[in-house]
Amino acid sequence: MRFDTPATTNPIDQLRVIGQPISRIDGPLKTTGTAPYAYERHDVVPNQAYGYVVGAAIAKGRIASIDLAQAQAAPGVLAIVTAENAGKLGKGGRNTATLLGGPAIEHYHQAVALVVAETFEQARAAASLVRVDYTRTEGAFDLAAARNSAGTPKSGFGGPPDTSVGDFAKAFAAAPVQLDETYTTPDQSHAMMEPHATIAAWDGERLTVWTSNQMIAWAAGDLAKTLGISRDKVRVMSPFIGGGFGGKLFLRADVVLAALGARAAGRPVKVALTRPLMANNTTHRPATIQRIRIGATGDGKITALGHESWSGDLPGGGPEEAVNQTRLLYAAANRMTAMRLAVLDLAEGNAMRAPGEASGMMALEIAIDEMAEKLGLDPVEFRIRNDTQVDPEQPERPFSQRRLIECLRTGAERFGWNKRQAQPGRMLDGNILVGMGVAAAFRNNLLTKSAARIRLDGSGMVTVETDMTDIGTGSYTIIAQTAAEMMGLPIEKVAVRLGDSTFPVSCGSGGQWGGNNSTAGVYAACVKLREAVAQKLGFNSAEAVFADGQVRLGNRSVSLAEAAGAEGLLAEDGIEYGDLDKKYQQSTFGAHFVEVGVDAATGETRVRRMLAACACGRILNPKTARSQLIGAMTMGVGAALTEELVVDKRTGFFVNHDLASYEVPVHADIPHQDVVFLDEVDPISSPMKAKGVAELGICGVAAAVANAIYNATGVRVRDYPITLDKLIERLPNMQ
Amino acid sequence: MPDQPTMSDVSMLVNGETRKLRLDVRTTLLDALREHLHLTGTKKGCDHGQCGACTVIVAGRRINSCLTLAVMHEGDSVTTIEGLGTPENLHPMQAAFVKHDGYQCGYCTPGQICSAVAMLDEIKAGTPSHVSADLMAQPQLTAMELRERMSGNICRCAAYPNIIDAISEVAGRKT
Ligand code: FES
Ligand code: FES
Repeated sequence: MRFDTPATTNPIDQLRVIGQPISRIDGPLKTTGTAPYAYERHDVVPNQAYGYVVGAAIAKGRIASIDLAQAQAAPGVLAIVTAENAGKLGKGGRNTATLLGGPAIEHYHQAVALVVAETFEQARAAASLVRVDYTRTEGAFDLAAARNSAGTPKSGFGGPPDTSVGDFAKAFAAAPVQLDETYTTPDQSHAMMEPHATIAAWDGERLTVWTSNQMIAWAAGDLAKTLGISRDKVRVMSPFIGGGFGGKLFLRADVVLAALGARAAGRPVKVALTRPLMANNTTHRPATIQRIRIGATGDGKITALGHESWSGDLPGGGPEEAVNQTRLLYAAANRMTAMRLAVLDLAEGNAMRAPGEASGMMALEIAIDEMAEKLGLDPVEFRIRNDTQVDPEQPERPFSQRRLIECLRTGAERFGWNKRQAQPGRMLDGNILVGMGVAAAFRNNLLTKSAARIRLDGSGMVTVETDMTDIGTGSYTIIAQTAAEMMGLPIEKVAVRLGDSTFPVSCGSGGQWGGNNSTAGVYAACVKLREAVAQKLGFNSAEAVFADGQVRLGNRSVSLAEAAGAEGLLAEDGIEYGDLDKKYQQSTFGAHFVEVGVDAATGETRVRRMLAACACGRILNPKTARSQLIGAMTMGVGAALTEELVVDKRTGFFVNHDLASYEVPVHADIPHQDVVFLDEVDPISSPMKAKGVAELGICGVAAAVANAIYNATGVRVRDYPITLDKLIERLPNMQ
Repeated sequence: MPDQPTMSDVSMLVNGETRKLRLDVRTTLLDALREHLHLTGTKKGCDHGQCGACTVIVAGRRINSCLTLAVMHEGDSVTTIEGLGTPENLHPMQAAFVKHDGYQCGYCTPGQICSAVAMLDEIKAGTPSHVSADLMAQPQLTAMELRERMSGNICRCAAYPNIIDAISEVAGRKT
């Protein structure tokens, strides 16, 4: 189905199942421990051996020699895979560094060997006996030091490295009120709870992997490419994924090594990355340095807006596109953005939840707060004054929907923003300095094609198959809701099967595109199935009504079960998009409000209240959508207060590479969180009229926390995370 | 040359059933459950006592099963998520997690649920926590008490407020 004109009324608008706060259909499995994750598939293939990954102990250089003798002689060892004996390997199109290092080492903890043994304990013990001698070379590990050597990257996902409208330099110089500040965000780790894990089994030339991956078709393609085998010999299955956040978008070492280990050992092999390996072996959100310049008139109109960002990556990698939102979020006649990319020899930088915007909003939305203060304006009001309903770079392009102002107003009202003291350090609760902060939320809505297959059987049951994944986002449930709505069935009559590369290729899970696009694909397949049903019954499909398990036309009514008959009916289709995303800018909006308390003596910050008001298209399931929002808000709190992969700039690795030292928020850090969804449908996005939800929630939160800390203490911190050492010297004196 | 692994017999009462295993003594309780008994409901998030995904209930108390060797549990009674309920017959805590959407990816969930069940017993038994105002008084079922006591169970999807709502409902606390 081609979607190239805005949606009109369709069966989804009935909102009988769609839009209802239905509990997840996979909930009983997940809560009883019976949902099968990758490493747990004892059922799929017998005789599984255990693989244990050895990571490089240097950041850059070469393996001078590897001595495997001791490890090979260790009890239970079946095979050891290294680059030397693995045969020729390619590199996945989406990987920057190779997944099995040697002789060249590109980053710390790059895999250099896999030890396969009968048991996990034996593999682990033998792995410690692998002796690797390295020749170290100098590397670059410090973004600030590499900043001046940074070059201009290629055009990326979000657009060109440099953009310019009007005359920024002149307008900025002429502006009566100016801000020119630099902000930094650190490297961050996805830290999803399920480590990357794979079971691999060969059957002759055919390879099957049970793994944990967000993008099944990408994984299958890149696995085939890496191993140098044809794509149709590879099957990838990933029905349950213990979190991804972008860290499982791509093929990673566990998959390749499990496949190589299984080939070497001649039997199935299972591999999980150990937790301490993950931060340096896999990808991370790269650190940024961001300079923001804003020029405004005395009454608060932005006339000049400039945003530059520096980040680093391995050779051949890409930038953190932290300037993207600045091209769209506020009006200004004169504007510029620039991205520069330095070569750093840390692990590969790549997508983490809302790549680009998450980091960019951390800086931009502090800058806006600072500018509001300079202008003597309320930060909510300042944002409202600079709203735009069109793409500021191409004014002929309107936003499909843009209700940022309403988000700000609704949020302010619900949060009690009017109780905020504009002057910092004025609200006290015992010895706690209390402050409120606000930030806009912004993330683009991306359209990408997605297909599904749907079967109606003689019992009236519908089964949907698509290679879509559910990484905690609720895909199983919203897909079932879509099929139930379209076919006029209760949700119990729909079965959903996901995450198998033999199913039609979906959009996958990433970039908050999963919900809208995958359900639109299921919608398309359902339209086809409705036609097949109608045709079989001799009904005019445009007039047939699907409701209550029946198909009706006039006074004729046939049950779906009967219509399907013993042989059943099958339909397959997908959604493809025309140029509606070119004609219109499609984005999602919100406003974050945060109240913090900062201990006046210790500088410890606690978040006391949080609220997000969001406008992001039709909410397909308010229960799961809210969960996406609060999860993202919490990750934003981590970004604001604790999360930083600390770089050892001498030897080139992330030091705090486990969950004890890379501090993510825990229960005690997170108070009650409020989420308000504005009533919005966006007929330009898809037949579902929905948009992305999952990443909007992280965009802006950290800045709202930072602004609240400033409001509480009068201390402006521009370097994340805002740990107490950055506050304590500058806290106001208490009597 | 490394020695052959030392093997040992261990017998445990797992979810009410006697299970006898012959194990490499290095096998953690977590791996004994997951790899030898195929009770994969208990999750491995870190293997280092840093995440709580492996929480099980041993002799009535919640522990990180990755931090203890299986052979140390001779004769112990172990309750895992599989022992609490089944998809067809959910334990009240499991049902409350479904109702309140107390999870997303589901990977931390069995640990959260086992932890929550045992944690409520700790409160009942009067065990104080870091946030209890009076160490001698019966701890209250405040949200802060629950959050503090559940903080060993990380949820990166961050279903935290929903988890607290689920636990509160089971505990009979008014939210
Ligand atoms: S796996 Fe045991 S605490 Fe993380
Ligand atoms: S549900 Fe994913 S980590 Fe808790």
